[in-house]
Amino acid sequence: MRGPEKLLHVSVWRGGARGRFQSHEVPRQDAQTVLDVVTWIQRRVDASLAYRFACRVGMCGSCAMTVNGIPRWTCRTHVARVAPDDRLEIAPLANLPIVRDLVVDMSGFFDKWARAKGRFVPTATRRDDFARVRPDSPARRAIDAAIECIGCGVCYAACDVAAWNPGYLGPAALNRAWALTRDLRDGARRERLTAVAGDAGCHACHTHTLCSERCPTHLSPTAAIAGLKRATALAALRGGL
Amino acid sequence: MSARAETWAWLAQRASAAVLALCVAVHLATMIVAVRGGLTAAAILARTRGSGAWAAFYLLFVLAVAIHAPLGLRTIAAEWLSWKGRAADAACGAIALVLFVLGARAVVAVTL
Repeated sequence: MRGPEKLLHVSVWRGGARGRFQSHEVPRQDAQTVLDVVTWIQRRVDASLAYRFACRVGMCGSCAMTVNGIPRWTCRTHVARVAPDDRLEIAPLANLPIVRDLVVDMSGFFDKWARAKGRFVPTATRRDDFARVRPDSPARRAIDAAIECIGCGVCYAACDVAAWNPGYLGPAALNRAWALTRDLRDGARRERLTAVAGDAGCHACHTHTLCSERCPTHLSPTAAIAGLKRATALAALRGGL
Repeated sequence: MSARAETWAWLAQRASAAVLALCVAVHLATMIVAVRGGLTAAAILARTRGSGAWAAFYLLFVLAVAIHAPLGLRTIAAEWLSWKGRAADAACGAIALVLFVLGARAVVAVTL
């Protein structure tokens, strides 16, 4: 005979920046993710609840939300891990404008990737031979450590500097800039270092390391930003900035 | 400030911090030794007056303070008061000048 149904007490953000939390009781299930909880509410209680998801397996990065105060991928976050007392507070990502409910506007976040010159600028033509990059070279290893970012915005939402300095490029854009800075084939190193220097760039970072702490793919934007600080300092000393 | 100027300001603050770490340690150790050794003010002045080494050491100390503190205040003003731009830079420059003049005056008073 089954016992009484176990319930999760869930508060979900509704509305825009001046919205409020709405409470729900959701049946607790084994191996339940936070995304399962949000989906249950949207399908069983209130179809107007707005949220984003796509792959459900931690590949697309679109389902990031603030879960009990911490930014996470909801699809890869088991309720058992974050709600031992069966209480969940689900809010949109911090440091980004709220569109509605759990959906934030990511355009500013990606505009900053563009401002950090996060685009590869090739130097070779189709007539040139392939570039030969040794996989064990320090530059390539630095790229390996930074390349797996999927742009979910968790690091940006966790960042204190992004919270108090709206112009700050943020850990993800700087991590991308660092990966390109170490790319031997790239032709915009100087422009990129100029773009990421200063009080909106790498020099604004206080090394709180929350970005690295929260990154679901275990990247270290902190190390990337430290690399950019070294690279810009060397460039300034050599007159190349 | 330009990206280059911001980078130089960042470098200057880190370099001055490294100098300060050494200077503060030497300064504190010297004070403790002098006080525990029972030296009077007159005895201390007798050692510092005419000493080129102490003058150079404390001028370096004052210079590091005059560089480090205003750059830190500039960051605090930008982050906590949202005060940045030319006026904030000028205010920090003025603080640097005041710190250097006051510090240098004290160094001259005890070493000349």
